[in-house]
Amino acid sequence: MFRIRSKVKYKKTNKRRDSPPSAEIEMDSDEDVSTVLPLSQRPEWSDITPVPQNDGPNPVVPIAYSEQFAETMSYFRAVYLADERSVRTLLLTAEAIHLNAGNYTVWQFRRVIIEALNADLHDEFDLVEQLASKNSKNYQLWHHRRWVAEKLGTEAVSRELEFTKKIFLNDAKHYHAWSHRQWVLLNLGGWEDELAYCNELLEVDIFNNSAWNQRYFVITRHPKLGGIEATLDSEVDYTIKAILTKPENESSWRYLRGLYKNNMQSFVTNPKIPTLCLDVLTSKVYPVFALSLLLDLISNGFEPNQDLKNAVEAVVPESNSQGLDIAATICTVLEIIDRMRVNYWGWRKNNLRSQVAEGVANLSIH
Amino acid sequence: MEHLRINGAYWGLTTLDILDKLAAAVDQETIISWVMSCQHESGGFGGNEGHDPHLLYTLSAIQILALFNKIDTLDIEKVTSYITALQNEDGSFSGDKWGEIDTRFSYVAICSLALLKQLDKINVGKAVSYIISCKNLDGGFGCTPGAESHAGQIFCCVGALAITGSLHYVDKDLLGWWLCERQVKSGGLNGRPEKLPDVCYSWWVLSSLIMIDRVHWIDKEKLVKFILDCQDKENGGISDRPDDAVDVFHTYFGVAGLSLLEYPGLKAIDPAYALPVDVISRILLH
Repeated sequence: MFRIRSKVKYKKTNKRRDSPPSAEIEMDSDEDVSTVLPLSQRPEWSDITPVPQNDGPNPVVPIAYSEQFAETMSYFRAVYLADERSVRTLLLTAEAIHLNAGNYTVWQFRRVIIEALNADLHDEFDLVEQLASKNSKNYQLWHHRRWVAEKLGTEAVSRELEFTKKIFLNDAKHYHAWSHRQWVLLNLGGWEDELAYCNELLEVDIFNNSAWNQRYFVITRHPKLGGIEATLDSEVDYTIKAILTKPENESSWRYLRGLYKNNMQSFVTNPKIPTLCLDVLTSKVYPVFALSLLLDLISNGFEPNQDLKNAVEAVVPESNSQGLDIAATICTVLEIIDRMRVNYWGWRKNNLRSQVAEGVANLSIH
Repeated sequence: MEHLRINGAYWGLTTLDILDKLAAAVDQETIISWVMSCQHESGGFGGNEGHDPHLLYTLSAIQILALFNKIDTLDIEKVTSYITALQNEDGSFSGDKWGEIDTRFSYVAICSLALLKQLDKINVGKAVSYIISCKNLDGGFGCTPGAESHAGQIFCCVGALAITGSLHYVDKDLLGWWLCERQVKSGGLNGRPEKLPDVCYSWWVLSSLIMIDRVHWIDKEKLVKFILDCQDKENGGISDRPDDAVDVFHTYFGVAGLSLLEYPGLKAIDPAYALPVDVISRILLH
């Protein structure tokens, strides 16, 4: 009945192969490094005896490796066991990381070497950026970046904010990058343009739940904005505008509701909110979230006028043939138009009396 | 992937147990001796032999031993001391000595210690209050305070709260609604608003809903159909979404999800411990 147009493109992931996968997991290999001379042929490594992986006769979950990978890891194992912290082992860890950026032991040993040599931390940014351009969904890479940034302190702020922005150009909901960005802001600063950046992202994609979350993060934690109390009115206006452009946007409705989390009194008495619901319902666009918010209002003591009641009943004509009160009618309508969640709306309907009583009680406490 | 082989082993072995094929399919002794070879002198386990220890792999090791009823193979005190040393002042947990903090690690530490029956060795109150500090206005949880709600993190937080008897801190109705909104038209579940469905969320969203008694708020039949459509019917295994390549990770989460949905022929799985119910009963009731 109501089409929700998703803003997300269908990503092409690995399509099915012909051979049975069983419990084998194939290694990613890195094309760029394959033109490098094998370690066994490099004179600077001639003193090292590589240590091959000991899988035993019947390995659990066997893995198919490339020759280059197997050799690099054998040399890594040798120097790791010998605890050699030198320029050549630092370079070797980079090669190993390029072949498998998920190997946390290699990353950790790299950090040990960096500290021992007091190596230039700025090189680490380049390493991480190279890897991120191939696969940025890797915990080790982000952890390493954070470790470096922490050591460099506030001088790293603008570079880290720029780096995460670059990631967001390709994937604006990148969870690791958002986590990193929040860490940078909280620990190193750089808040000045953050709310403006959220605006930018939402202009590109109003459905970006990460950007809405960051919005809340900024208004509650920015040292100079004054918290929710100071920003509530402007945030409500911003969100209402956003909702009206895309009423099927779950994130904006949730954000609006969240602004009033500890402030039921204001929620129930701000006339802009029922007006918003009425506008959405009468314009015949996706009504589910408007109905849901209206239900929340009523559950907290709000009394809708006749226009609102008419608008609700118009969503599914004949929905109030039983002469139910408006809250129960809303639930009935939602049971019909949001069929997937019919049990949730049914539960709301059955619990209306206690919800309203609780809501009104909450109001009087204020 | 050799660095996370022990995770892979946990996914594969638990799937086999849910299918009631564990004893028949594997050589228990070989596996256990390999698992023990992953233990570091600190007491923690690495992802494979010769790897540094980390909480993530320590939990998998304990879970694998639990499947075989061999937790007593461990020097319990040693593993416990590795885990407890990773709790920070604010109650959070670091993944290892390098200090990364994430509510995933809170879950892993709490689940591990509960299986070892050593939960009293950490500051549970502080651990719980750290997790609560990661609760967002939508009722969900993120990896750190203020981070976006994400189904995977929600599973970790709700699981940790369930194990420590602290579910009363969850806004069950609000979170339940957020979780049931993860179900999209195809019947699959996504992990955040406006993202694509993925079979692994069949576990994380579903187990969370079960722990807070709200699983009837999703359309179970449609979800079952989605998971079954993600199978590779010629070669076996389950992928993240229909027609993609399979892997052991998604196979485990798909089968575990079907078990939670009471699909016939599967053993029941505990939503908090992510191990078969008979395994948990055996451990906790002794």
